[in-house]
Amino acid sequence: MGMVMRPGDGRWMRLLPFILVGPSLALILLLFLYPLLRLVAESFLDPTPGIENYVAVVTDPTLWQIIETTLAIGTECTVVTLVLAYPVSYLLSRLPRSRANLLMMFVLLPFWTSLLVRMYAWMVLLGRHGIINEAIIGLGLSDKPFPLLYNRFAVVVGMSHFLLPFMVLSLYSTMIGIDRSLIEAASCMGSTFRQTFRRIYLPLSLPGVYAGCLLVFILAMGFYITPALLGSPQETTISVYIQQQIQQLNWGEGTAMAVVLVAIVIGLFAIYDRLLGFDRLFRDVGAR
Amino acid sequence: MIVASLLRRLPNGLLWAYSVAVFAFLVVPLLVVVPVSFSSGMYLQFPPPGLSLHWYEDYFGDPQWIDATILSLKIALCVVVLAVGIGSLAALVIVRMPFPGIGLVRLILMTPLIVPSVVVAIAVYSVYVTFHLIGSFLGIVLAHTIVALPFTVVLMVAGFQRVDRRLEEASYTMGASVAWTFRHVTLPILRPSIFAAAIFAFIASWDEIIMVIFIGGGAGTTLPLRMFNYLRTEINPTIAAVSTLLLVFAIVAFATAETVRMRGNARRAARGGAS
Repeated sequence: MGMVMRPGDGRWMRLLPFILVGPSLALILLLFLYPLLRLVAESFLDPTPGIENYVAVVTDPTLWQIIETTLAIGTECTVVTLVLAYPVSYLLSRLPRSRANLLMMFVLLPFWTSLLVRMYAWMVLLGRHGIINEAIIGLGLSDKPFPLLYNRFAVVVGMSHFLLPFMVLSLYSTMIGIDRSLIEAASCMGSTFRQTFRRIYLPLSLPGVYAGCLLVFILAMGFYITPALLGSPQETTISVYIQQQIQQLNWGEGTAMAVVLVAIVIGLFAIYDRLLGFDRLFRDVGAR
Repeated sequence: MIVASLLRRLPNGLLWAYSVAVFAFLVVPLLVVVPVSFSSGMYLQFPPPGLSLHWYEDYFGDPQWIDATILSLKIALCVVVLAVGIGSLAALVIVRMPFPGIGLVRLILMTPLIVPSVVVAIAVYSVYVTFHLIGSFLGIVLAHTIVALPFTVVLMVAGFQRVDRRLEEASYTMGASVAWTFRHVTLPILRPSIFAAAIFAFIASWDEIIMVIFIGGGAGTTLPLRMFNYLRTEINPTIAAVSTLLLVFAIVAFATAETVRMRGNARRAARGGAS
């Protein structure tokens, strides 16, 4: 017990930071980043050395289709969540803080609920004999069930449900910072709600819109569970494809696609950092 | 006049109606699993033909479901200890003892959050194939710790930044040791952050599915993996019972966390925001 250390204890103290950060760094480097680099190498080596896996990504129409599908689903989710979240965030930002916090619980509750519970819930709602179809038939609106599940619609709905809280938080954190007196000044001077919104509120809220859209789009790029469970083979996203290839031990094709996915995501994060600064990400999600 | 005032209020009413619809979109789909879980029907039927606890009996009577639940709990608790432990040490270094290149270290610790989870999973999988860690308890714990670590580091960095170092210096000046000061000065201030980090680490592991699709299976079938396999093959209301239990669990955890957060906020406000 003789070692009572005090701040500023010589050589031992100089090594201390490296010892303390060591376990975390070792875990990430040894189990994740080093193997990731090996996978990048694998994409150039398997099955034969060369860039053929990447040539395939560009030339093979099926692979191109998968990338396109992923980008398109991401875009659709971004639009849907923005349209749903903007008015809600506007309302929340104008309410007194305590009431906004209370309503924010509706936004945050899905965050806490297991992803698989949410997937099952959508299956119950959208299935052939699901709640929505039973209701439609029960009300006599149609005599045949609508195909709501295992298609693009289900994937976009399920993903938007997951992504919506991220959009709300991004918008909300910008909107509570907008000076209300600017809006009041404009309406005092006789500008209509529409004019005030277009000329003042909308431009001031744009950083939040950019942040939310980029974040939702980035997150949408990596989705696996939702397209796998709620989609059909036509909704094969990049992540689903990677999983299929690795499971069939096609390491070369799988890893090449993984490199493409990581490149897309890192490129988008770089744009986020340039436009808004990376720190904002944690502030937004931890906002309130 | 009344028409004019109604018209002026209309946008506000519409905004509320729209927002309530969006809140409903967020929350109602979560709740539909509840009536299904109490249904006496053999398959998905809505409205349920009658009430029964059949599917709960199925869940509690099936060792496979129970084993998966217990395994997930054990793994999540190990991940909490590990990720909060090593994450706090890393955060301490980042805030208190930054060395040249600490920015890079910080970025490296964030990478599991930046890189899409399927890619993280196949990287870990490629190592586990070599070292025969597939399906092992240790393997899943380490993999989940990778997923949880970025959250615990971020939360603990924020926690250490909140600690006023003058309080610690005052303690040293009065002759207290580093250990005593940590225990009686620093730790109480850090407690809410540790609590938040622990909750995030727990959820990150408890809900983790993509990693275990690759590295789980067999004896390492966690609750989410069992649910995933179930959803792919058969949907009978047993999973509704599981989902309802998980939903209740999530609501209780959420309410606890919110209460602790609000109590913390209130205490900070009571202190006059001096921090």
